[in-house]
Amino acid sequence: MKKFSFVAVVLVLICSGVIVACTGCGGSKEDPNQVTMWHWMTDRDAVLQQLAQQYEQETGVKIKIELFAPSDSYSQRITASSQANTLPDIFGILDKKEIFADFIRYGFVANLTEEFAKDGGAWEKSMFPKALDVNRFKPDNIYGIEPGIYGVPIDVTNIQMLYNKKLLAKAGIKKAPTNFSEFLASIKALKRVGVSGLVSGWGEIWMADAFASNYAFNIMGEEKVMATYKGDVKYTDPDWIKVLNVFKTLSEAGAFMEGIVTKPNKEAEQDFALERAAFAYNGSWCVNVYHDMNPSLEYSAMLPPTINPKRPMKIWGGAGSSFVVKETSTRKDKAIAFLKWLSAEKQQALLAKETRNLPANRKALESIPEVLADFASVMDNTTHPTIWKYNELPAVTEAFDKGIQSIIIGEKTPKQVASEVQAVKERETEKAKRRQ
Amino acid sequence: MTTATTPKPKKDMKSMAENYLFIIPAVVIFSIFYIYPFYDILNLSLHEWKGIGPKIFVGFRNFQELMVDKIWWKSIWNATYITLWALTFQNVLAFMLALACDREIRFKKFYRVVFFIPPVLSQVVVGLIWRWILYAGQQDGQHIGLLNHFLSQIGLSHLANNWLSDPKTALTMIAIVHCWQGFGWGFIMLLAGLQTIDKQLYEAAKVDGASSWSQFWNVTMPMMVPVMLVVVILTVLGAMQAFILVLSMVGQGLVFHTEVPVTRILAAMQGTKQFGYACAMGVNFAIILIAVSTIMKLFSNKMKQA
Repeated sequence: MKKFSFVAVVLVLICSGVIVACTGCGGSKEDPNQVTMWHWMTDRDAVLQQLAQQYEQETGVKIKIELFAPSDSYSQRITASSQANTLPDIFGILDKKEIFADFIRYGFVANLTEEFAKDGGAWEKSMFPKALDVNRFKPDNIYGIEPGIYGVPIDVTNIQMLYNKKLLAKAGIKKAPTNFSEFLASIKALKRVGVSGLVSGWGEIWMADAFASNYAFNIMGEEKVMATYKGDVKYTDPDWIKVLNVFKTLSEAGAFMEGIVTKPNKEAEQDFALERAAFAYNGSWCVNVYHDMNPSLEYSAMLPPTINPKRPMKIWGGAGSSFVVKETSTRKDKAIAFLKWLSAEKQQALLAKETRNLPANRKALESIPEVLADFASVMDNTTHPTIWKYNELPAVTEAFDKGIQSIIIGEKTPKQVASEVQAVKERETEKAKRRQ
Repeated sequence: MTTATTPKPKKDMKSMAENYLFIIPAVVIFSIFYIYPFYDILNLSLHEWKGIGPKIFVGFRNFQELMVDKIWWKSIWNATYITLWALTFQNVLAFMLALACDREIRFKKFYRVVFFIPPVLSQVVVGLIWRWILYAGQQDGQHIGLLNHFLSQIGLSHLANNWLSDPKTALTMIAIVHCWQGFGWGFIMLLAGLQTIDKQLYEAAKVDGASSWSQFWNVTMPMMVPVMLVVVILTVLGAMQAFILVLSMVGQGLVFHTEVPVTRILAAMQGTKQFGYACAMGVNFAIILIAVSTIMKLFSNKMKQA
């Protein structure tokens, strides 16, 4: 009996240990003077750690910075932690605005509007408005979220075209093309000297989507694009066919580098840095990447060449890296104070210098390289799905983006793709209605 | 009589309870890490959920939508295509090499090591290496990708292609690379199987005047059936679930020509945040794999009986 009791006690202890370990009840006691921040930016980890140490020296508040990369895994971790109620004091939401809204709706994210409004709105005024817009919910937002600012941007980004000065000169092109016909002429000239035209990482399909979106805004304007997403305009509309025709025209002109449709952006960046293509379509983060790959690369940024001269070319941008504060954090004030410090001019200048990213604080612009300044100069031309009134249904976006691939590889015509996308749109709208 | 037998069941009960206590830790761990997640997937497949917020019960609607999801069934066909390549090309190659290494040849041990290198490499690394080999770009009119460069060097530049961006070749390239990486497993298992065959059987066959072909067909093949069936089952399960190679070779895919079931599940979960639909895909895929494995097991039992 004694032996039996001993075995029973040991087994019960083992089981309890397993259950406690699995449920996370055995977590360490929270330190009231330590703020935890989770991020996903491998290239910025070192400088963030350095800034955290500096902050501790200045204020005595310890900032524990933890890196979880890549961004897909980070995003999954944030979702899982919200379910397990183990979110850190500061974290980022990398998903669409709809998911961001859900995080707010279910009480995971603090409203920072009052903080931004303090001292006559000094904090808000120091930021690029486009960067703040990503974290802002307007009074008429379709998500039903209380209007306000819910996140702090630490950098901004935009996606433009880049050109290799040396390769353009080799082809006898004196200035970067500003409209579509000039661009096609440049492609012809480059082909004559055996240089590939445009490279981009369209194996990461959202980049092709961004390029198409640029032309959609240029050809038909924001209102009509939004009307399409809302369901009032069909994808078979001539303007949408024109957008899809951009890809057909470029493909037929041989403008795209071979294999562009399955090319990861890292490979596309390598192609441009190693001067295998004259033009690239890439984000402002590329300045850091190109510098590492080929420090002597001579290049500059340009807006994608317009088709409709009456409308400005709108590019994706504004959305850089942003952080939010956990609503239920016991160290909420300390977390906000750290983010305020991190987004101040001095810290932003250091971040921009060390990582060659565009700072979110406008005053920190003076310390950035020339190419990055080119990117910064068109921040007013930026737009982004996270600030649009309407967003397209994911299945429709997928059909549209895959349709672009089909056009580039010559499998389908723009008209075929437009009809197919419209069919998906009607099916998905019907499905969404049934769900309601 | 009754009083004499009563104490025995008591002792049995105590002994049984003690035995059950011993398996409790394993049961608890198994329940937490296998049964509960499996139950949760089944449960989620009947709900609509974005990964956050409330779950909305939708019954079998996710499954109904899945039944008419053409891209899902195309992804199943694509995985089947890769599996067919693996079952034929990969396993025939593995068997031929295992037969060669089972004989007295020079550098036998060296070959064994070389053939087993691809399977131990990470699929991401293999995918990226092959992306580089199949790269389609040019610089100053010269092919940079190894395969296209080689083709142009031997005067076959007309065969140079956009291997991973051409719908006619992309999936086949992925299948070939999958076979290249996977044949090492089959090779090791088949070689181990060959080495267990009693050599006296071959000697007896020789005495009876059997030719090499007859020895292979009447001794080697029947003795290898159980090992081959294991290799076939593992090949099917491995090839049907291949996805890392796909991601590292063609990113988010070439239209829908390179979609496989796991990439669709990932797209539903990460891209569109349809966790319920993704779980329904997972359940549907598991049923298909269980059905295929059961059929093969039944086939294996019949073969053993024969």
